[in-house]
Amino acid sequence: MTLTLQDKLAILSDAARYDASCASSGTERRDSRDGKGLGSTDGNGICHAYTPDGRCVSLLKILMTNFCVFDCAYCVNRVSSNVRRARFSPEEVVSLTIEFYRRNYIEGLFLSSGIIKSPDDTMRDMVRIVRTLREEHGFRGYIHLKTIPGASPELIEEAGLHADRISVNIELPTEVSLARFAPEKDAGAIRKHMGDIRLRREAAEDTTLKGTQPKKFVPAGQSTQMIVGADATNDSTILKQSARLYGSYGLKRVYYSAFSPIPDSTAKLPLVKPPLLREHRLYQADWLMRFYEFSAEEIAKDGNLDLAIDPKLAWALQNREAFPVKVQRATREMLLRVPGFGTKTVDRILQTRPHRTLRYDDLLRMGASLKKAQPFIELADWTPGALLDTADLRAKFAPEPEQLSLF
Amino acid sequence: MNLMPHVTLPKVGTAEAWREAARACLSARIPPEAIAWSRGPGEAVLWAEDEPPPAPKVGAIRVPESFVHLASQVVWHKDPERFARLYAVLWRLRTERELMQDAADRDLVALRQMERAVHRDIHKTKAFVRFREVGEKAAPRRRFAAWFEPSHFTLEPAAPFFARRFADMDWLIATPDLVARFTDGTLTFEEGVEKPYLPEDAQEELWLTYFRNIFNPARVKPDRMLAEMPKKYWKNLPETAAIPDLLANAETRVREMAEAAPTRAPFYAKAIASRPPPPRAPIASPGLISALKEEDTCTRCPLFANATQAVPGEGPLDARLMMVGEQPGDQEDLAGRPFVGPAGQLFDTLLRDAGIDRSKVFLTNAVKHFKYTIKGVRRIHQSPNGGEIAACKWWLAQELSLVKPKLVVALGASAAESLTGTRDGILKRRGTLEEGPDGLPVFLTVHPSFLLRLPDPVAKEMETEKFRQDLIAAKEHLERLLAA
Repeated sequence: MTLTLQDKLAILSDAARYDASCASSGTERRDSRDGKGLGSTDGNGICHAYTPDGRCVSLLKILMTNFCVFDCAYCVNRVSSNVRRARFSPEEVVSLTIEFYRRNYIEGLFLSSGIIKSPDDTMRDMVRIVRTLREEHGFRGYIHLKTIPGASPELIEEAGLHADRISVNIELPTEVSLARFAPEKDAGAIRKHMGDIRLRREAAEDTTLKGTQPKKFVPAGQSTQMIVGADATNDSTILKQSARLYGSYGLKRVYYSAFSPIPDSTAKLPLVKPPLLREHRLYQADWLMRFYEFSAEEIAKDGNLDLAIDPKLAWALQNREAFPVKVQRATREMLLRVPGFGTKTVDRILQTRPHRTLRYDDLLRMGASLKKAQPFIELADWTPGALLDTADLRAKFAPEPEQLSLF
Repeated sequence: MNLMPHVTLPKVGTAEAWREAARACLSARIPPEAIAWSRGPGEAVLWAEDEPPPAPKVGAIRVPESFVHLASQVVWHKDPERFARLYAVLWRLRTERELMQDAADRDLVALRQMERAVHRDIHKTKAFVRFREVGEKAAPRRRFAAWFEPSHFTLEPAAPFFARRFADMDWLIATPDLVARFTDGTLTFEEGVEKPYLPEDAQEELWLTYFRNIFNPARVKPDRMLAEMPKKYWKNLPETAAIPDLLANAETRVREMAEAAPTRAPFYAKAIASRPPPPRAPIASPGLISALKEEDTCTRCPLFANATQAVPGEGPLDARLMMVGEQPGDQEDLAGRPFVGPAGQLFDTLLRDAGIDRSKVFLTNAVKHFKYTIKGVRRIHQSPNGGEIAACKWWLAQELSLVKPKLVVALGASAAESLTGTRDGILKRRGTLEEGPDGLPVFLTVHPSFLLRLPDPVAKEMETEKFRQDLIAAKEHLERLLAA
């Protein structure tokens, strides 16, 4: 039975939904005012729709094909699965992208693929699609391309000149888990691939001796994804791995994807409810590392994050000797550690306090969450008194334990 | 009875018009409570008796840039009080110079809330407008049209976005308040209309197919969806038609997935599994010596776990001179080649100064994996400890026995430790020859990164010169050894 375009789209978007990334931000400015092409980017991503899983739909996220020679246990497309298989022709991907884009459904394309034949064969077909979009159709929208470790340098180079973002998934937080659940994947090759992308990006940023700027190589950078909950790795190990990935390869984002049930699963990985709250806490912790000057070691010492309260509040409760913070005088670094203060609130405090004395109501108007912050701060008209030292302070914030349900 | 100036602003170009009028009123010293503002004929004004606004006066009025920006957004808000509120703050700015710095001022907080609402509405307009094709697909310029109902007067500020993005097609966005029309590259605005008829567009069915299938039924979070895509927008978004079914069936779909027994692998899986694995990524360095490829998977010490790759030595196998550094750095770790980072570049220059041809030297490190700690989002170099140096000695011995150099230069304490057994007093021992493994002569000096770390330019220049002299001395030692 031949598949219609609609059948293929159903199969190949179903197969792509486990990639969490849908970002379309952070790239260079482009537009099509010269009338010779289609599309624009301005650095800010746009979410064009939201599905009932609360996730944003920004890009047409599809697989070129869900045929795959790998047998990764967590993956719906693994060779040993009986899911329906399909493959788009390059023209079909191009047409879907352009027609969706013209109707303002999407910001661009996120193209991934199962591995067919070899990394080079797969990568070559994917590069052909993005080359056609860019060169034949003058497409200036956003393109995110999944690259395949082990593909030849020429293909990676060309991919990076057409794509705004490149990503390769680290998949599992440790090499041991990767060997167990994704036997064909090579953690070392993934790291080398990321290192190679970082070097190419840096080389493309350097102005040459003649002063000419080389063409940008993946202007929106690279990202990766880790599956959470498929193996037994704890949050501390996951966050340290993330910190290394950010530090080593200049990643823009590490995505955490709660392992969620897939059709036709393997016996190796029993299906459980996806740990969505854990995933949420990991994102919060990741944010603390990138924007609040926390280290991985501080956030999750040697275990898992507290699910009941956010990681910043958890840190503050465990480090009460560092509080209360005097809002009128404290350093930016210390203000960022106050639960209930976001980076914007901290900026507003720093901007306003040279001009006048801050009071409780001022902070409310600045957007601080004082319910959380009040035990940890001192203001001209507020001191926490004994509140900070009360033994049941954590209980004030933690929700009632939820009845566990069978799944 | 006081007559109050009434400023009626146009529906198109409202932002510039407000600015002009506000400037005129301010230079005429008209206090906020004495002006009535409205946009277009539609906005009701409570005062019956009007007086035309003052004529604009020449003369500069200076206000902070941040206010100009704030005003340029707030004017699009639906609140009829927005112009008056803006003017009230403008009035205060004459005397309160630092007002804009106050993030808690009540008037400003209210304006900033309006600014955020407008910003969000512009963003949602860019996101949620859905075009349908209304012309021939084969026409030289394709034609599209959309009906949209923004929450504020945001079509005008949002329209340039569509002009930048969809420049090669003609399009029209109709709203109750205004219509934006883009024809042959020109953007114009017209009076708003009732919802027009738009023909069916076959792409919408494909879009719904995509929307249904990208949804993961195991992660239902309708509140998150509603926060970002409030119901008020739903009637003009075709994909929202799929939402009720997706939500209703999600639980059943997940249960069925969980209950389904794992199936047997398809017949082709076994055949594919028995194929040889795809070739692994080639090792980066072309000058790599083949005997040490295995190093790539070395686990003799824990450093391998956090490094990108092992960085083996590089150079001709018949090199007479071997130079040993400490360990690969950030750049070496990424590239898989020794001495390519900042210290390596400096080293290259100094080798040239000393008359040593790098291509004839075998360059390697005492430790083959990069050791670092993370500080923020950077990797900070850490010196290897004795155990790590000892574990990696095995590899250095392999390289020594393969290359059989006549002289080895130890760059820095870690190389000295690996080659002579002790790292102590390197600054005193520098410039001298010691005995290494199997009686091999080892010339000691500092590591070039030591030069990079010196903050004082004079000390740096002095130490660089000393290092240059060391390299020359090493070269002379080698020449003597070769002559003997």
